[in-house]
Amino acid sequence: MDTFLQLTVSGLSTGMIYALAAVGFVVIYKASDVINFAQGDLLLFGTYLIFFSIVQLNLPWTVGIMLTLLIAVAMGLLIERVVLRPLIGEPIISMIMVTIGLSSVLRALANALWGPQPRTFPSFLPDGVISIGTAVVGFDRVLAIPLGLALLVLLGFFFRRTRDGIAMRAIADDQQAALSMGISIPRVFAIAWAIAAVTAAIGGMMLGNIVGVSQSVAAIGLRVFPVVILGGLDSIGGAVLGGVIIGLLEVYTGGYIGHGLNLIVPYFVLIIMLMVRPYGLFGKPIIERV
Amino acid sequence: MSVLLEFNNVEVRYDDVILVLRGLSLQVQEGQIAALLGSNGAGKTTALKATSGLLDIEDGKVTDGTIHFAGKEIQGQSADRIVRDGIFQVVEGRHVFEHLTVHENLVAGAYTRRDRSSIARDMDRVYDYFPLLADRQKQWAGYLSGGEQQMLAVGRALMARPRMLLLDEPSLGLAPVLVRGIFDIIKRINEEEGTTILLVEQNARLALSISDYAYVMEGGRVVLEGTSKEMVENEDVREFYLGLGEVGRRSYRDVKHYRRRKRWLS
Ligand SMILES: Nc1ncnc2c1ncn2[C@@H]1O[C@H](COP(=O)(O)OP(=O)(O)O)[C@@H](O)[C@H]1O
Ligand SMILES: [Mg+2]
Repeated sequence: MDTFLQLTVSGLSTGMIYALAAVGFVVIYKASDVINFAQGDLLLFGTYLIFFSIVQLNLPWTVGIMLTLLIAVAMGLLIERVVLRPLIGEPIISMIMVTIGLSSVLRALANALWGPQPRTFPSFLPDGVISIGTAVVGFDRVLAIPLGLALLVLLGFFFRRTRDGIAMRAIADDQQAALSMGISIPRVFAIAWAIAAVTAAIGGMMLGNIVGVSQSVAAIGLRVFPVVILGGLDSIGGAVLGGVIIGLLEVYTGGYIGHGLNLIVPYFVLIIMLMVRPYGLFGKPIIERV
Repeated sequence: MSVLLEFNNVEVRYDDVILVLRGLSLQVQEGQIAALLGSNGAGKTTALKATSGLLDIEDGKVTDGTIHFAGKEIQGQSADRIVRDGIFQVVEGRHVFEHLTVHENLVAGAYTRRDRSSIARDMDRVYDYFPLLADRQKQWAGYLSGGEQQMLAVGRALMARPRMLLLDEPSLGLAPVLVRGIFDIIKRINEEEGTTILLVEQNARLALSISDYAYVMEGGRVVLEGTSKEMVENEDVREFYLGLGEVGRRSYRDVKHYRRRKRWLS
């Protein structure tokens, strides 16, 4: 029972970090139908940027977090402006291909700026453990859970209540009609990339705190794919639930069956989902009127 | 009365080669409803898109001539710019945002508005024009009937408070009884809001019944124009568009008719 509780909390927090990575991916997909292969690298930049801010610049951790988020927004906007915008109107596949290129560029850039060797990282989140029943879990891990949920609520508000959020969903539904309302596609795409970069940076910071600063963070970012295939490419709620399910599965497999297997479980799920329900648990249904 | 929209010898090409509008000239007076008639492929939709800036995403371009709106040249400007200038096109085939609620569709219509405070009032006004929509505010637009979707498409346009509305075949695919209702409301919008309207419509009889002036297009240019009253009386319009040809009178005008028919219907 102890183990179970322990594993569950740990799985939930891991899952929330996956969800943070996946949410940005979903936002971009919703707005532009683009599958962003560089999402894991945005995560990586989140990790390196917080390292840069509080180790290299020696800023207090609150200021460091702010700076990281600011740089992330700027990166998102810049990427949209320089890489994606020239391709608006071209077939979607060219935008998707360009994100693959972007992924390599970002990774090379991180490598050039911070080198290939893993960096040590002073835990910037308050230390300590939390006891939940008989389970004891690190505070930094548990923090991912409320943080992820808060972000979800915030995004929900953005998509349901704000002008730009509604415009983003409108573009996803019908680009021509959205244009005819005067909705600016470049503006909406830019917002989508900014959101993707920021959520990834938050996920990257939390990951850095847990697994350390190295290029392997980008590999963890690859979990985005099983997560979004499970939850549905275009569903924010699906991304969070998908993240949590994958997180739990990984941790349970690792805890009960053995190490090694936990690393392939997500991809196992991915393949099964693609076979039985390719639009995911919460993918947008196609409306058929009678 | 002043001219609000003016096409002057407008030429439009798709993909740089397909010439669709071949010197289109027309004028719409402020406050009026102008009807744009013509058979399929005449270039009516293209004319509307050239006005609203929607040609761009279809690789279409105004390659000659000018389009003036309120005295300002607007050809080639971006769609969002043109909406801000006061022109709003209701595209053919409804195109509501299926996965947005009725309410959210209306919010999207008001996207370019700066006076956020009066948006709620305008929404009430839309629900006033279309009471059916009021009962469906929270429903996904994709689940509305065809007629309700057309109402939503027009209502969404009203949310932008446009100075000029471009309507592309609002009767398409709707039951006759619904069509009458939509056209009554188009007329009301024109009268109560003072919105100038350019109406593209296959159903010429209906279009002429609410419009002040009408153009007939063929092969990318205007071949006939006049007040809607004149048009209803016009022999050729009666025969080819209203199905009211008077067989007995054809004899001596046959040749001329034939030429015109070819021009219009080829
Ligand atoms: N995107 C496009 N690319 C190439 N040709 C087009 C395009 N849209 C319309 N056309 C052509 O332009 C002509 C006029 O079309 P359209 O403006 O839709 O006419 P209408 O609305 O009067 O039926 C047609 O011959 C059509 O095939
Ligand atoms: Mg048409």
